[in-house]
Amino acid sequence: MTYHNPPTPPRKSAIFDDVSLAEIRRAAATGIYDIRGGGTKKALPHFDDLLFLGASMSRYPLEGYRERCDTSVTLGTRFARKPLQLKIPVTIAGMSFGALSGPAKEALGRGATLSGTSTTTGDGGMTDEERGHSELLVYQYLPSRYGMNPKDLRRADAIEIVVGQGAKPGGGGMLLGQKISDRVAEMRTLPKGIDQRSACRHPDWTGPDDLEIKILELREITDWEKPIYIKIGGSRPYYDTALAVKAGADVVVVDGMQGGTAATQDVFIENVGLPTLACIRPAVEALQELGMHRKVQLVVSGGIRNGADVAKALALGADAVSIGTAALVALGDNDAKWEAEYNALGTTAGAYDDWHEGKDPAGITTQDPELAARLDPIAAGRRLANYLKVMTLEAQTIARACGHNHLHNLEPEDLVALTIEAAAMARVPLAGTGWIPGQTGL
Amino acid sequence: MPTFDLSQTPLRELNQALHGLAAGANDTEFEVVNPRGSHAVAVGCDAPVAVSIRGSVGYYCAGMNSAATVTVHGSAGPGVAENMMSGTVVVEGDASQYAGATGRGGLLVIKGNAASRCGISMKGIDIVVHGNIGHMSAFMGQSGNLVVLGDAGEALGDSLYEAKLFVRGSVKSLGADCVEKEMREEHLTLLAGLLERAGVTGVEPSEFRRYGSARKLYSFDIDNADAY
Repeated sequence: MTYHNPPTPPRKSAIFDDVSLAEIRRAAATGIYDIRGGGTKKALPHFDDLLFLGASMSRYPLEGYRERCDTSVTLGTRFARKPLQLKIPVTIAGMSFGALSGPAKEALGRGATLSGTSTTTGDGGMTDEERGHSELLVYQYLPSRYGMNPKDLRRADAIEIVVGQGAKPGGGGMLLGQKISDRVAEMRTLPKGIDQRSACRHPDWTGPDDLEIKILELREITDWEKPIYIKIGGSRPYYDTALAVKAGADVVVVDGMQGGTAATQDVFIENVGLPTLACIRPAVEALQELGMHRKVQLVVSGGIRNGADVAKALALGADAVSIGTAALVALGDNDAKWEAEYNALGTTAGAYDDWHEGKDPAGITTQDPELAARLDPIAAGRRLANYLKVMTLEAQTIARACGHNHLHNLEPEDLVALTIEAAAMARVPLAGTGWIPGQTGL
Repeated sequence: MPTFDLSQTPLRELNQALHGLAAGANDTEFEVVNPRGSHAVAVGCDAPVAVSIRGSVGYYCAGMNSAATVTVHGSAGPGVAENMMSGTVVVEGDASQYAGATGRGGLLVIKGNAASRCGISMKGIDIVVHGNIGHMSAFMGQSGNLVVLGDAGEALGDSLYEAKLFVRGSVKSLGADCVEKEMREEHLTLLAGLLERAGVTGVEPSEFRRYGSARKLYSFDIDNADAY
């Protein structure tokens, strides 16, 4: 009888997995860190880890198709003479002309306008196309100040001072040479084709005390008309929100690490910042302690995908949410119809993130005129509006089921968490228990 | 000439008056007294008026100025003439940090000294400083001209793009990718014009040295990592 040793199957390391090994080899071959677009790809505690309880013996639901559930929100009620009146609590986040093509920016404006909400400029200034197609346009005030001018400040509907971004809190912008076309270069006062690095800090203020004076200046220039937002990357949301209020913000935008970027180092995207879920309750707590909840509005962004995410963010205390990645997908980003071209770029639909290279088959994250022409801004705007409508209906469906006649009446009490981590971050009980880790005893 | 006494009149009234000017309005000269270090004085002007400020101002005086001539008969706090688009801003005394930051046009004249980060991220503005400037001046300067009759502090022109820097005195150190460049005839002509516009007399363009970008950091290259 012959004895055979049982074979030992090949076993790959959970630590040195295929992605880690490939990155080590790529770094060794090129000597430069990996740059990409988008947000974190890690599995993080997120809105999927929360559930709504719905109505029951002690809660009275609203009739789904008959009883009204309001979705409107007003942003900028603290100091601005002309607050923004939005029909839905979902706004379009800042994305630059430069990172995106002209038709893509136009489509975002069209979709937002059809939906009664706002869209936002980005690091690179305001184009006439996006102003023309956006009924409500938020003008970002960034460290680079590319294209910044008082005329555009005055024709904006709100001003968003960008302190940080969820994908890269503490990092500046990056637009590589492939996307610095003649027009982008002119708008940014830069030589064509260079690898452009935007500053990570504002050039003329350093902290909340002089930011307060900066806000005074912007209000004086715009005759106190415009709401002023302060956008912070998810980092220290409790303190940052409190300091933003102190500095005079009308609106605080908190962007978690699932939020995307046009381009930055992968190591930055994956290792710096807080998950969106961990940002909301500390920010709300800061507002409540200052007596400013609902007076200074809170906008949350980073990984919002559907109406359930919207409802959950609002239930945790946000006044509105903002979407970037999801809006691009609605326009046509990463669509499987371009699979052959994604394959030619060494990737696949759903995973394409080399937005900085400007070769986007969908014609969205590019400055190549032939690629950009693939996107019909009217049809793409319509798709975005459809998507926003579905998100809103989904959020209303949940709110009615919980017995609320306005999305803002959703409460943390409507929620439970599926995991201990989500329960701790969202500060709602673990499902089936009354336990909120860090808040209550077992 | 309308006069605004900022010890009596809210800042809002001054700036609103400056913004609300109709084309061809009779009032083209304004005077501000008792500024007492107020912030955001005469910001966002967008008409060819003259504003004389009798005293020292705080942050962001003449911010985003377009077309107006604003004269500070005193010293200016941080960010004077920040993001100026056009027109002229004159500071008779000294200026604090970030003078002319991100300015896109016009002329800023500082008759005293300017502190650190003078001309930071400048995008087309011309700045003439009669005295010295502090460290990290013209950081990431993209376009425009910075002229310094005195000395410059550390790390002048760090990460410079295409702004031109002219310094008559010493430079404590140059920042990353900033180098001394040849002063050609066209630069002497440019400098002579800037000195004249800034009211500088008795100084020759040939007394200055020119600094600009080496353009070695314009594209990412791992071999330049030590420079960052």
